[in-house]
Amino acid sequence: MDSLSTGSLSGAQKEELMDQVKQQIAIANAQELLTKMSEKCFKKCINKPGTALDNSEQKCIAMCMDRYMDAWNLVSRTYSSRIQRERNNM
Amino acid sequence: MGDLSDFASPKASDSELQDFLVAEKQKAQFHAQIHEFNDFCWDKCVDKPGAKLDSRTETCITNCVERFIDVSLLITNRFAQMLEKGGGMH
Repeated sequence: MDSLSTGSLSGAQKEELMDQVKQQIAIANAQELLTKMSEKCFKKCINKPGTALDNSEQKCIAMCMDRYMDAWNLVSRTYSSRIQRERNNM
Repeated sequence: MGDLSDFASPKASDSELQDFLVAEKQKAQFHAQIHEFNDFCWDKCVDKPGAKLDSRTETCITNCVERFIDVSLLITNRFAQMLEKGGGMH
């Protein structure tokens, strides 16, 4: 990051840059989640792709999305507390 | 020349931006890791997505994350020992 020369950026420009970085990261994160969810829930809910998504498939997808988010949050909590524990052990 | 004094401390603004980027990078790596954990722990632990994550599934996901970290720590340590002994890789 040595090549980063921002001495000429004003405070407002810097703030804008930071906001943009944050936004881009948030978008990338949402895209990753969306891709994974689609892949995982397609696998779980669509056994034989028909001419349209039927009612039970749509219900399954909705439920699967919610559970995928639950799992994601649980993994996040577990990982955070593990990192905390490892830090305390150091 | 007096006006230039505003730009006389580019180092300060650089380090603010750098700190910001380092922190954002860490957050992004943390999130990427969660995506990865959730990806394979979902496959291992979730059978049919139900109305909520049942406690058996929750335990499975928690254990899955913890044991994966155990495994990677174990492998990292053992690998380091292998390198120290100079064996293993020829």
